[in-house]
Amino acid sequence: MIASPAPREVSVTLSLLDASGLSKTFGIIEVLKDISLSVRAGEVHAIIGENGAGKSTLMKILAGNHQPTRGELKIDGQQVSFSGPVDAEKHGIVLVHQEILLAPDLTVAQNIYLGRELGNGIAVDDRAMNEGAAKAIHDLGADIDPNAIVSRLSIAQRQLVQIARVLLVPHRIVIFDEPTASLTPHETEALLKVITDIRAKGVGVLYISHRLPEVKEIADRVTVLRDGRLVASHDTSELEPADMARLMVGRDVAKLYPDRHAAEVREPVLQVTGFDVPGYARDAAFTLNKGEILGFAGLIGAGRTELMEGLVGLRPAKGTVSFRGKPVAFTDVHSSLKAGVAYLSEDRKGKGLLLTKDLQVNLTLASLGKFIRGLQIDRRKESDALDKAIRDFDIRTGTKTILAGQLSGGNQQKLLLAKMMMLDPQVVIIDEPTRGIDIGNKEQIYKFIAALAQEGRSIIVVSSEMPELIGICDRILVMRGGRIVGEVQGEHMTENEIVQLATGVNVGSGEAA
Amino acid sequence: MSVVASDTAKAPKTSKDWDMAAIAPFVALALLLVLGYFANPNFVSVANLTNVITRSAFIAIIALGATYVISSGGLDLSVGAMVAFVASLMILFMNTGAIADPMLMLIAAMLVALALGAACGLANGLITTVGKIEPFIATLGTMGIYRGLTTWLSQGGSITVRDRGLQQLYRPVYFGDVFGVPIPIIVIFATAALAAFVLYRTRYGRHLIAVGSNEEVARYSGISVQKVRTIAYIVQGLCVAVAVIIYVPRLGSTSATTGILWELQAITAVVVGGTALRGGVGRIWGTVCGAFILEIVGNIMLLSNFVSEYLIGAIQGAIIIIAMLVQRSLMRK
Repeated sequence: MIASPAPREVSVTLSLLDASGLSKTFGIIEVLKDISLSVRAGEVHAIIGENGAGKSTLMKILAGNHQPTRGELKIDGQQVSFSGPVDAEKHGIVLVHQEILLAPDLTVAQNIYLGRELGNGIAVDDRAMNEGAAKAIHDLGADIDPNAIVSRLSIAQRQLVQIARVLLVPHRIVIFDEPTASLTPHETEALLKVITDIRAKGVGVLYISHRLPEVKEIADRVTVLRDGRLVASHDTSELEPADMARLMVGRDVAKLYPDRHAAEVREPVLQVTGFDVPGYARDAAFTLNKGEILGFAGLIGAGRTELMEGLVGLRPAKGTVSFRGKPVAFTDVHSSLKAGVAYLSEDRKGKGLLLTKDLQVNLTLASLGKFIRGLQIDRRKESDALDKAIRDFDIRTGTKTILAGQLSGGNQQKLLLAKMMMLDPQVVIIDEPTRGIDIGNKEQIYKFIAALAQEGRSIIVVSSEMPELIGICDRILVMRGGRIVGEVQGEHMTENEIVQLATGVNVGSGEAA
Repeated sequence: MSVVASDTAKAPKTSKDWDMAAIAPFVALALLLVLGYFANPNFVSVANLTNVITRSAFIAIIALGATYVISSGGLDLSVGAMVAFVASLMILFMNTGAIADPMLMLIAAMLVALALGAACGLANGLITTVGKIEPFIATLGTMGIYRGLTTWLSQGGSITVRDRGLQQLYRPVYFGDVFGVPIPIIVIFATAALAAFVLYRTRYGRHLIAVGSNEEVARYSGISVQKVRTIAYIVQGLCVAVAVIIYVPRLGSTSATTGILWELQAITAVVVGGTALRGGVGRIWGTVCGAFILEIVGNIMLLSNFVSEYLIGAIQGAIIIIAMLVQRSLMRK
């Protein structure tokens, strides 16, 4: 089908890929409308936009997973249409998925060659595959044993394996779908280097991300999507991250982080000493005060999540914990929730919400006791509670009967927060509160967190996004290798200082491991 | 709103599709009744239908328990052997003559059966939850144990209620009726109504579905996954005991081969009724419907001359596959 001619930049000679007038409709809802963009050889073209702006759908069309409802695709000026991802690969377009799609029990080499094993037709040639894998990984500037089992690798290492696997296909255009979402700053930097190297080979890169400073750093051009439409396309040099944010949201994001007034009096609520989570955290000691927002920074694998899970009884742990002046031992989550300590997992979809159940079931799951009348669940009361939660936490949903899995990431997080707040906890531990969430929802979640602290609750925020920790926390503890290695507050709350503590690289920071 | 659209394209089912999946077994049952009428008009006579439903009682009641276990993400292969085991011990208890008054003896025997069923279920539950052994393997093991113990108790033969008076007193529990409705049918619907109330209306039911739907989410929400699962196995054991209580008066005896392959029929009834084998969805009335479907198919085959009744097993096998295919296509829509 031919679309109406759309305005697009003309750079005939160097364009690898030209999309014009792409539209996509699911049912009656138009997800993409009239998108035109090009990718040139040797450039990084960033696609930014809030969740639901249509970025993923656009990428899936370019990678052959979806067919456009209208519009056309040209490669080297030749019109093409893809019947599926394999077809797109034949044209040299490959996609690095946001999720890690590897077989955890196979080795690195076996994963890289999965589905295209080398061999003589009967037996596979493990040696050739190991060599090939070693070279592919080396080309990415990494050092991972091709014989290592994938489940033992870190997230960042797995991501590199995934990239190596994708790059094994002869490629001219590589699409990265939010590759840094679960990486630490250090790992992100390494990945950006890989992308710069790919670009240097004359490959065109499409780069999707929420992290605007990163986009500013790496992209040559930026295209902004909002509500399925293309709202701007510029050379990166013309835009600052603040401009990008404004274009994405469609209004001024004056201030992402709410104003905070730290509590004047330090009144300890949770005191932890000599706390061990075997295999993950050792000898942790810290104090959380009333009305305080305490941050936990560190690299992935530093033991932050495990320490928190140990504290609330999700993992075997030992140590001294005193809550509101009384010694406590939370042996299971039930006891910690009952006492008033709630933990919100970083894994919203896997551990936070029942994706195939409706909002009401999810909201009341942890606090069903409050909704029992006689022997029965009072569904009327549940429904009223949902109405209130939707109002209080601004959960954006078309109908109340929608399944939790159908909400956007930001709204899922709000629902999870609402679910835990049903228990009226005095201590709220939030792990990666804004992972994979767009900027508009982020701002709201920061406001909720600040408001909870204002009400006198004590908050722990575990996050890999340092600007976020610096923006909302009163103090930040830094973990490395299972130990709390330092604390920063006030003017010392800078990315630089935190990174030094988290990596232990710089000596001048005055701490010992 | 565009988020919703792109998500639906991927996987989650809308509530409307779930409703379709819930209705499907009842539509199938209605179609079977029509088919049965054409195969043999006698099929739809009240006498024949009550007879068929009465005979489905054992599988239907056991399958109600299986609905709990399967909804919680478990599986119980031991129920057939458990029927034989509990029935044997119940009859042996009656044969001891420990209680002189026949009525008291009968009531005590029923309580013994319920206690034994609960104990067998508890054993299954603890082995899978505390022992952390896959339900498939754990209940395969207890299936062997319960069956083996029964064979030993009966010395390979059968165990019969010796006291004639007691047998006569007990007989109506299977053969009797209330206002024309056979007692087994009343028991099916009473048990199902209770099971439905607990599953759909109470906190335990909600927790059970949460555990089956996503164990981790349940755990992070402060639900004791082990307790919820163990109770599901106990419910299964109690259902087996109820089935035994109405089974024993039918023949007045039991043998080492009692209840063979009943576990597969119960699982078939559950799955045909629309409960997902992976857990997280439980359909009590669907299960009852599934048990009826299994029995009715057999009955139609007996009454019609087209298909040999020796093929009943093959047809029931085909039904489970067709039911799964239908469920799958309904979810995809």
